[in-house]
This record gives sequence, structure tokens and C-alpha cells, in this order.
Amino acid sequence: MFDRMKTAAIGGVAAVSLALSATAFADVESKDPIKLTLHDWTGQLLTTKIMGEVLKKAGYNIEYVQADYIAQFAGLESGDLHIAMEMWETTGKQSMDASLATGKTIDLGETGMDAKEEWWYPMYMKEKCPGLPDWTALNRCAEAFATAETAPKGRYLGGPVTWAGFDEERVEALDLNYEVVHAGTDAALFAELESAYQRKAPILLWVYAPHWAVAKFEGEWVEFPEYTDTCYEDPKWGINPDMAYDCGKPFGWIKKVGWKAGEKKWPGAYKAVRNFHIENPEMSQLIVEVDLDGKDLDGVVAAWMDRNKSRWQGWIKN
Amino acid sequence: MTAGTGGIDFARQLARQPLAVWLLALTAAVLFSATTEDLLPWAHKYPRDWVLPIRFAITDFMKWLINDATFGLFTFKEMTRSVSWLLDWPLTAATSLLSTGLMRGQGSDAVQLTPPLAWLAVLGVLAAMGHYARDWKLAALVGGCFLYLAMFGQWDSAMITLSSIVVAVPIGIVLGLLLGVLAYRSRWFGLAIRPVLDLMQTVPIFAYLVPILFLFGFGPVAAMTATIIYAMPPMVRVTMLALRQVADEIVDFGRMVGCTRRQMTWKVLVPSAMPSLMVGVNQVIMLSLNMVIIASMIGAGGLGFDVLSSLRRLQIGAGLEAGIAIVVLAIALDRLSQAFATRSQQMHHERPGNWVLRHPWLSFALAWTAVTGLVGLFLAPVQTYPEALQITTGSFWAELVKYINVNFFDVLEGIKNFFLLNLMIPFKRFLLDIPWVMVVGLVTLAGWRLGGRTLALLTFTLSMFIAVTGQWEKAMVTIYLCGTSVLIASLIGIPIGIAAAQNRRVGRVVQVVIDTLQTLPSFVYLMPVVMLFRVGDFAAMIAVVAYALAPAIRYTAHGVRQIDPNLVEAGVAAGCTRRQVLWKIKLPLALPEIMLGINQTIMLALSMLVITALVGTRDLGQEVYIALTKADTGRGIVAGLSVAFIAIVADRLIAAGSGRMRSRLGLGQEAGAR
Repeated sequence: MFDRMKTAAIGGVAAVSLALSATAFADVESKDPIKLTLHDWTGQLLTTKIMGEVLKKAGYNIEYVQADYIAQFAGLESGDLHIAMEMWETTGKQSMDASLATGKTIDLGETGMDAKEEWWYPMYMKEKCPGLPDWTALNRCAEAFATAETAPKGRYLGGPVTWAGFDEERVEALDLNYEVVHAGTDAALFAELESAYQRKAPILLWVYAPHWAVAKFEGEWVEFPEYTDTCYEDPKWGINPDMAYDCGKPFGWIKKVGWKAGEKKWPGAYKAVRNFHIENPEMSQLIVEVDLDGKDLDGVVAAWMDRNKSRWQGWIKN
Repeated sequence: MTAGTGGIDFARQLARQPLAVWLLALTAAVLFSATTEDLLPWAHKYPRDWVLPIRFAITDFMKWLINDATFGLFTFKEMTRSVSWLLDWPLTAATSLLSTGLMRGQGSDAVQLTPPLAWLAVLGVLAAMGHYARDWKLAALVGGCFLYLAMFGQWDSAMITLSSIVVAVPIGIVLGLLLGVLAYRSRWFGLAIRPVLDLMQTVPIFAYLVPILFLFGFGPVAAMTATIIYAMPPMVRVTMLALRQVADEIVDFGRMVGCTRRQMTWKVLVPSAMPSLMVGVNQVIMLSLNMVIIASMIGAGGLGFDVLSSLRRLQIGAGLEAGIAIVVLAIALDRLSQAFATRSQQMHHERPGNWVLRHPWLSFALAWTAVTGLVGLFLAPVQTYPEALQITTGSFWAELVKYINVNFFDVLEGIKNFFLLNLMIPFKRFLLDIPWVMVVGLVTLAGWRLGGRTLALLTFTLSMFIAVTGQWEKAMVTIYLCGTSVLIASLIGIPIGIAAAQNRRVGRVVQVVIDTLQTLPSFVYLMPVVMLFRVGDFAAMIAVVAYALAPAIRYTAHGVRQIDPNLVEAGVAAGCTRRQVLWKIKLPLALPEIMLGINQTIMLALSMLVITALVGTRDLGQEVYIALTKADTGRGIVAGLSVAFIAIVADRLIAAGSGRMRSRLGLGQEAGAR
């Protein structure tokens, strides 16, 4: 009974707000659906759904399309797809630059989030390897991180070959006594972390954020000499005078990319996408709600929309 | 002791072959590789400068095809786009019916005009089809399968998957049938299509995914196109074979009554080949469901997407439930299609009475759909399965894996290290160390010994392709991984197959297990395997073995079962022990089938490579995967072709070998492998 009343009430509110929004932003440039791409990690689903809901409020017609992270560029160039919300500097820069060079896609600016990625270990490893997080401790406890296949070298589990940046080079430049083993996918990477964590077994691996793993597992990133552009370009920089890559990994932007011709078709929507801004702590919180607390993704997005009304209204204001 | 003498006999049989040639060749190979490392370095490692820029040529060609190729009135891309526009119609219809309801408008502006079919309607209609095709038992099985989907909360995703399957499967079947008929009627077309079919089945899908996306656009239609390409070849093969096997009397009869060529094909040949054709239908269904995961990566959504995203969050239980939903769909559709096949063989009498009485099942289905649809408008649980009644295994599976992980990891680690250090690593080193010139030489020699000049030329050309495109090392790692997996799969599978053939109850259990192994997406068990065995070749090998085990079991069992019982009886009468019957009569007679099973095991192992790339192998599969993620068409196709060529060389050599064995055993020739 109460439920039904509640539904009716919500329905009424929805109808009113629909009417309001219809009057406020009735004349969008085109009612053709704007296609936003969905990938297979939660953070991206959240940013995309948030953007999509905001654009819906502005009166645009939205369609979500599942597409591969890199393969989507084919669609963005041809106009089959229109907006991609997360392109990470750390993993997608190469493909993005190649695509921008065709002149058919357009850089829609940073999302406000930073991609952090580095060698990472669970907290319990600090006992077995005192001196961490400083990188110089790594060689002293290579044995602690070794497995039968790699002994006496330590084992470092790197990201997928297509993602991870220059780990073999880093090992050589910093003279680390480690062997780099590549996981094929992010799923395999965290499966191994989960397994080691359950047994409190040694593990050293590549972890990136924003990601649920950082919230679920207690641990730290190794501190390498801080990244600068010259470190990657100039061998003379840093402690190894003969090699580049003798430093940590760069922080990276996460950008939005779009189909270029779309800017003319839906200028207002593209402007809203450019205005989109969200930062790491807030995003991490949302990811935890979905991945660890098991909340429904659309529900989390709806709750965010309610909490941040003035913020997203600012994005779509002319 | 008897086993020992059996072994000696076997060796003697082998000795009758011109083994001397092989011994000579091998000795030469060993001497060559030992002495010429410094003298002829190019023979050991294929020089980088000699790599032909084939991959760039392919990339350029694809660019041309996508951007500039034109037929005058319209471009190539416009053609493919209109095909995808055409395919979109039936897909939208199926989706409206099963998943979204009839919609007007596009995107988020769309308005639902009518709801989709109620879950009770779908379940009821399919159960009715089961009853129509066979009996109540089948109806219960099919109904049970769909009830699983509803109860475990998989309904919505399963209907998305099902709507693309119900479109892709008929298209695959019709296209396959037409091509098969054409190949049967025209000799040159039959010859021309064979290598194309080989490539369609062996080039990993990831290799041509990017061009498909360019040509067919993003979304479910492109995914469906890829599914059809992958699932159609068996239908063509089966059609060619089935038409050829139609009894001469039937063909003569057709001629006598004065059939035209068209009548001959469609009224005589195709109907009488129907039971065999249904085997092809079954394969199309199975392979389409195999594609669900990969299709979801390029926009098909549905169950495949659920499997991937749950496993990304390491929710093993949720991934398994979605994976089993795919298995359940496969089993329901497969059993239904088989039942329809056997039913179409029986004679049917017209039922008397009005339309309803003459078509009781159809009337029931229509009435049931209408009733559930109407009631569903007022009573929500009839339309959608109530969420409150959904069940889940929750964290049970994750806890189970955790328990094994915490308590038995050291044992598993020991087993893994034993295999790695004693078998896998030495084998890998060996393959990487032998000079490529020797491998090409040995493969060519094998082709010549087994199949004469034509086969030698084929094996030479294909293996040279791998070398000149600069993929040699990756190809060797591929062969190492597949070789080890095939060896282990055969060692496990052949004894199980023999046991399944000799004991009916074992046979039935084994059947269910291998059906599941073949349709359960390997991703589902890949993640627990990684948790227990770490990222690396061993985890990859376990996944490959699990997937490729099925044909080793299936063909062995088939081979042992179909042995002429008179021969076995003769053996028993001559005083053979059980063991002697097995080793001296059954196994040698079943050998050609077993070889065919190993052939198929190799094919499946190779097709798993792309999946194992996801746990970090460094082989051709990884190369294809990297090319996909970098959208590098040429690189992907070159690596994909190399995988296909390894498969084709293995296939041809084994087919030629087992053909010779057949003729020696006096079993007569049966049409090639597969």
C-alpha cells in the first residue's frame, strides 16, 4: 500500500521534473541518439552512465554501446560511435594519438581523474622486506619475492603486454634482480593478487588506480625516483647514466574523446562533455560502492545525480 | 607380459614403414644443428632483415578496401553497410520480441509500445516445442533449462544472447546449405571453397575483428557477422558430405521421374540427406554459443558481457552462473534440434478435425503467449520473474577456491613445478633451439613421405610463410604450448574414451562432462586456474587441455564402439585375454578414429590460443591479441594466418597418415579429416 503510494509520488515528481527539464532544455540541436561507449571496467561504466544521465536531463537522446577500449577508435572515426569517456594516458595514448591524427576524432579534455600506476605490494610484505616502500630495498629482498621458476631472481607480475610501460627497461636500468612476467589481462592480474593475499604469500605486481583492488587490499606502491619526461627521453638523467627509464612511472591524465563531426551536430552536448569533471577520491568511492558493496550500478549513478544536482546543472548550462 | 609383447608387435609394425628415411633425416638434423651454429647463423635464427613486409601490405590493402574500393555505383563499404542494415531488421525483431519489447524511436527517447514476451510465455512455448519434437521428458528438460535462467537472475541477459542466436543460427544454416549445395554441384567451386573453410575455422576471430568493425559498424550486427563467419563452415562441410552420401537408388529414382536439376536438389537430395544435415545444424548452434564471449567484446552484450565483467571483479560465483547459463542455452537448443531431426525422419499422419485440432502444439503456443501476455499486463510476476524468488550460489564458489588455495596451494605448486621443469621448459628450449631451416625441411619431408609432391609443396609453402613474416619464434612457442597440451589431453582423453565405450554408464556421465567443457566459456575456469597456478604457461596449458579434451574422448569412444563385433568375437574365440582384445584388436582398429580425434584436439587447442593470451602467454595468440588492442589489421591477420597454417599443416599430415593407416588395415578410404 505504502509502496504504491511511494511509487505514485515518485512518478509524480518524475513527471514534474520531466516537464521542467523539457521546458528548460527543450531545443537540443538534434534528437538523433548520441552513442556513448561502455567498456568492461566499473569506473568507466560509472563515468559514462553519469555523463549519459546528465545529457538526458539536458534533453539529448542517449544510447549506450558496448565496445572494446581500443577497437572503439574505428567506430569513433567513422561516426558509428560518438563519445568515449575514459582514455587513459598510461594505456591508450598511442592509439588515441594515431586516431587524432586522422582528423576524424577530437580530444574533449581531461576528466579530472589521474591514472596512478606503479609496482605495488601488500602491506604484510613490509615485514618480510623492511625498507619498503623505497625501491632500493627491492634488491635486498629479491629472494622473498622469488618463485621456483624465477629463483634466485624476484618475480614481478607486470600488466598486459599492451598496457604496461617499460618494465623490462626499468629492471635493466635500475639493475633490479627481478624477472618481469606479464599477465594477459587485468582480470588475471588481480586473480593472482587475490590468491596471494588469501595466503599472505609474497607478491609484487603492477596495480593501477582508480580501481577497486586498492580499496580492497591493503598495500603500497613502491617509491622509485620520481618520473620526469627527461628520464624517459634522456639516458644521462638519473642514477644510471647510460640508460633511460631509471625512474618510476608517470601519473597520467584520463581524457574524453569524441567523433569530430559530432561537435557540429550536438554542440551543447559536446560542451557538457568537455565540462565533465570528477576526481579520484570521489570516483574511488563510487567504484567501491559498486564492486565491493555490491550495489546496483544504475542506482549508484542515480544517487550521485541526486546529490550533485547543482554540479551537473553547471555542466549543461549554456 | 602380454602388454609387453603387444608393444613389441606394435614396434614391428612400425618398422615395416620406411623408418630408415626418418632416422637418416633426424640424424642429419641433429648433426646440422650441432655443427653449423657459427657457420650459418641465418639457418638457425631467421634474420630480421629478411622479413617480408607482408603485414604492411595487408594493412594497406584493408585501408584501400575500407576507404576506396568501389564497384562503380557504390563502394565496398557501402555494400557491407547495407548488408549490416539488412541484418539489423531480423535482429531488431528478435530483440523486440524477447528482450526489449516493441519500441518506437531511438536511444533513450524510445517509447515501449508492447512489452517483450513474458518469461512464462517463452518457457511454455519452448517446452511445448520439446513435447512436439519428442516427449514430456524433453519438454521438462527444456523447461528446466529456461527455469534455471529465470531463477538465477540470468533471464534478461540470456534473452539478449538468445535473440542474436535465433537470427545468427538460421542465417548460418541457410548460407551454409546454399554454399554446400553449390560446392556439390560445381566441382571447381567445391575445390575453391575448401581452403576458405579451413581459414574460416582456424584463423582466430580476433584477427579479423577490427576489419569487421570497420566494415559492418559497431554493435550487435558486427558481432553477429563474426559469429556467422565462425559458425558456418561445418554446415558447408556437412552439406557437401551428406549430399554425396545420398544413396544412388534415390538419385536414380529422381532421374526416372524426370526431375529438373532444381527439383533434384531441393526435392530429392536435400530431404533425403536431412538426418546428416542436422549434424551440421547442431554444430552451428554449438559454435554460435562458443562465440558469445568474444561477441560481447564488440558490442553484443548479454551473457558474455556478464561473464567478462563478473570475472573482472573476481566474482567467481557470478561468472560461473552466467557461464552455466550459456551451457544451459546450448543444451536446450541442441537437444531440441536433435529431436526435430529424428522426428523429421518419422512418417506423420494428418490429424483430422479443425485447425486447432490439427495443430494442437501451435495452438497451445499461441494461446499461451496471448494469455500470459494479457495477464502479465496486470500481474507483474507473470511478465518478469520476481526478483525476490531469485537464488544465487553467492560466495560459495569463491570460498571454495579460497579454501583450496589456502590449504592445497603448496601441493599444486609442487605438481606444477614438476611438469614445468621436467616437461614443458625442456620442450620449449628444444623447439626454440632447432634451426628453422631444419624444421621446414622435416615438415616438407613428412609431407612428401605421407602425401607425395603436392602435400610436400603445401607444407613447405605454409611453413615458409611463417618464417618470412618473422613469426618463427612465436610459432615455436605456439607449437610448444599446443603440443604439450595435446599430449596431455590425449593421455587423459584416450583412456577415458576407451572406458566410455566399454561401459554404458561411464559413457553417459562422460557425455555430460564433455558437453559442458565445450560450451562453458573457458574464461570461467581460467580465473580460478590463475589463482591456483599463477599466471604463466602452466595455467594456459590447463585451460587448453580442459577445452581440447572433448574430441580426444569423443572420437576414441566412437572408434572403439564402431568396431565390427565379429572381429572381437573372433579374437575371443581364438583365446585372447581381455587385455589382448583391447591391445591387439580394438586399439589398432580404432586407430584411424583416434588419430582423427587427435587432429581435432590440435584444432581446438589452436583455437584456444587467443583465450590463453589473456593469461599472458607469449605466442601467436598473444600477437593476435596485441594486434587487436592496437587495431593493427595487418599484424593481426599475418599472425592469424600463421596459426591457421600450423593447423592446416597438422591437419593435412594427420589426414594423410591416417588415410594410409586405413588402407593398410583394409578399412577402405573415408573422406578426409573432419
